[in-house]
Amino acid sequence: MISDTVVELSRWQFALTAMYHFIFVPLTLGLSFLLAIMESVYVMTGKQIYKDMVKFWGKLFGINFVLGVSTGITMEFQFGTNWSYYSQYVGDIFGTPLAIEGLMAFFLEATFVGLFFFGWERLSKVQHLIVTWLVALGSNFSALWILIANGWMQYPAGAAFNPETLRMEMTSFADVFFNPVAQVKFVHTVSAGYVTAAVFVLGVSAWYLLRGRHVAFARRSFAIAAAFGLAGVLSVITLGDEHGYSLGTVQKVKLAAIEAMWETQEPPASFTVAGWIDSEKLETRGALNIPWVMGLLATRSVDEPVIGIKDLMAESEQRIRSGMLAYDALTRLRANPYDEAAREEFMARREDLGYGLLLKRYTDKVVDATEEQIQAAVRDSIPPVGPLFWTFRVMVAAGFIMLVLFIWAFAASARRTVGKSKALLRFALYSIPLPWIASEAGWFVAEVGRQPWTVGDVLPTWLSVSSLTVSDLAFSLTGFVLLYTVLLVVEMYLMLKFIRLGPADASTETQEREPSSGVSPMPAPAAPVSSEQA
Amino acid sequence: MEFIQFLMSYETLRVIWWLFLGVLLIGFAVMEGFDLGVATLLPIVARTDDERRVLINTVGPTWEGNQVWLILGGGAIFAAYPLVYSAAFSGFFIALILTLFALILRPVGFSYRSKLPNARWRNVWDWALFVGAIVPSIVFGVAFGNLLQGVPFSFDEQLRVTYYGSFFGLLNPYGLLAGLVSLSMMLLQGSVFLQLKTEGEIRERARRWVGYSALALCVTFALAGIWLTLGIDGYRIVAFAGTEAASNPTTKQVVREAGAWLANYGANPLLWVIPALVFVGAFVAWKLAATRPGLAFIASSVALGCVVLTAGVAMFPFLMPSSLEPGHSLTMWDSTSSLLTLRWMFWMVIIFLPIVIAYTSWVYRVMRGPVTAEDVREHSASMY
Repeated sequence: MISDTVVELSRWQFALTAMYHFIFVPLTLGLSFLLAIMESVYVMTGKQIYKDMVKFWGKLFGINFVLGVSTGITMEFQFGTNWSYYSQYVGDIFGTPLAIEGLMAFFLEATFVGLFFFGWERLSKVQHLIVTWLVALGSNFSALWILIANGWMQYPAGAAFNPETLRMEMTSFADVFFNPVAQVKFVHTVSAGYVTAAVFVLGVSAWYLLRGRHVAFARRSFAIAAAFGLAGVLSVITLGDEHGYSLGTVQKVKLAAIEAMWETQEPPASFTVAGWIDSEKLETRGALNIPWVMGLLATRSVDEPVIGIKDLMAESEQRIRSGMLAYDALTRLRANPYDEAAREEFMARREDLGYGLLLKRYTDKVVDATEEQIQAAVRDSIPPVGPLFWTFRVMVAAGFIMLVLFIWAFAASARRTVGKSKALLRFALYSIPLPWIASEAGWFVAEVGRQPWTVGDVLPTWLSVSSLTVSDLAFSLTGFVLLYTVLLVVEMYLMLKFIRLGPADASTETQEREPSSGVSPMPAPAAPVSSEQA
Repeated sequence: MEFIQFLMSYETLRVIWWLFLGVLLIGFAVMEGFDLGVATLLPIVARTDDERRVLINTVGPTWEGNQVWLILGGGAIFAAYPLVYSAAFSGFFIALILTLFALILRPVGFSYRSKLPNARWRNVWDWALFVGAIVPSIVFGVAFGNLLQGVPFSFDEQLRVTYYGSFFGLLNPYGLLAGLVSLSMMLLQGSVFLQLKTEGEIRERARRWVGYSALALCVTFALAGIWLTLGIDGYRIVAFAGTEAASNPTTKQVVREAGAWLANYGANPLLWVIPALVFVGAFVAWKLAATRPGLAFIASSVALGCVVLTAGVAMFPFLMPSSLEPGHSLTMWDSTSSLLTLRWMFWMVIIFLPIVIAYTSWVYRVMRGPVTAEDVREHSASMY
């Protein structure tokens, strides 16, 4: 029997290591692109200041990048170490995008990132620019394949259970690749990465401007980040809305939980802004509702209903009962592979097998579940509503604050008034934590909202763990917490140190190496303002 | 048409994937091998800070790409052999977690070490780099040593794997000997690589290690072979569902018997060339290290590849034998992915691996030539 503590600790370990990994990933995704843009401007205009920008922001990129790489190693192996049943049950499908990620994306990114840092003198300008673009392309491809893998966990398209091998097997690669959840998630997530990098560059530049340091350098960085960030944030919000719509079709339970929609309302459903959520009594007290909005967002129509949690629970109950029959048929089929009646019944019900497996937590045999155990499994089939409801709202609020920031910043840089308004600069500076809050909140909603499944409707989280002991997990979890905390402190220290030193230091290298170029590597304070939008 | 049909059959693809697994492991040993070797030699070969920086910068621009062989290895085993990924990684849990901790230190060590001038800071990261290299170098060998002996695991009716051994059980004498084999491999590869990338005194010091590690590899490899012949039972399939059957590792019969690991060599004596090449490669690498470092590197790579192949051929078709329930052993016939997944992954490897090798070669060409203390001092802010 699997121990609940092992399941809990495995979940904690995965959540902590994944969320930690995602402190570094979005900045890598976005900053690699920003560096490529800055370097493109450098190659096109030949202005030294843009090269200084690539070097300075590149240095910060490097400090961040290695931790993304380091913590990514954990992710690649952790499915096997801690989620071995998951790995064997769905590895046929899930392993594929991970392997392709290594082969076509991570190799590209990691091979060229070395040249990005070490190749300045050995490559021509254009060659180096291509290298930088390849790093950006590699990191974004990498995100594509990882999100295809994750999208499949949310909505397992293109796969079916094989009773001979007792696992899920791929039935269509195209369905896995073009999984609608994955595609929407990909654009939403990489855009969030662009926004993260834009806020980072914007905020740090604002800090320089507030202190009157590196003014020309900071203004140009600010302008590029403002434009890039505005495009990014618009994309994040649009795709987030698209994401909500795709949830309405394929992940109804998650959507209902995020919105605390207990009842199926007369369409179009209203949207709850806030309220006191009571998961025991299945109700929201003192809810502040806006009529119509939910129905419009989730179904893009005025007459389709959004199914509420109570109705979804009734649906789960039916599927659990059907899943018991599927499990029974599978057992008979395993005992006698020639039992055609059992095969037929299993094939008819195999979509519900996962729901039958929800009972494994209560009874190993599944088919002998009591009425009480079935009801317990029905309650399990709904993720925790309160945390999802609020975390989702934190993410959305952070997103809209950043939208305001970028509209303001973009307007200011278009009118060439950056630096005049101290309020804008402070707003940019204090917004630096926002993209990280939004990203982590987003992943919390995506993954907690998927519960009780590791693979939606297919494999319960509780069953997915390895056969480990509590002390195994105590060892690994303690180790990760200690190691990761130390590394985070070191990383923040270096980041702050090099931000304080500023771009002047990062470009001393250029000064040494290009004495004959005649261009001062220091940002010229008298640089013509008109070149800012170049 | 018939050829495509033959190529795309389950049986052929399973053989091809067994070869791909070999390519991945050899790719890892050859590429990540010199990274790990150089970092292990760091406290031994380099004495001053400048010398350490020279050593670190010999692999500075390329360690990141090389490390992907490890990541890809994990991903490819997951995709092509989900049962092996699941059983091996959860079974060797503590060993793998320790290796992960060590591996996590490596990228950070490379990138952060020379960012600050403080001597203590640099010293700490030098140790991190050393630990991050020597631990994986030994653990990978220990894992192989245990695979050759069989590992205590079994499956239940739902094909959930349970491992019944302990971490310290892995550290048995044969496992540790295999750990020394892999450590010698990495040291050989690293010290030969330094012949290509350094000059002067560091190169001299590293060259001594070419001799030591070539000798160590020959001795430990020979010992491991003799021990395997005399003292370790192999596994043999007595009956199984066939090479085209669905992947279920619990339906076959396997016996454990003396000499079974030599059966493939007995059936095809030409295969003895593979272990022989380990000695030849190590010898040539040692002989040519001073004068023809490029050829020496190829020879050393051949030696490393043949160590991996020697073990693979001995165990074929086994990947992870179960000492507890031999019938549950994982073989390359019954622990693969579905036919469709193997097909897709086959094309992915065929298309992308040559591309990867092409651009990796280009990067090495761009970064060719030795690293010197002057380089490091001159570009102090941008180099590691």
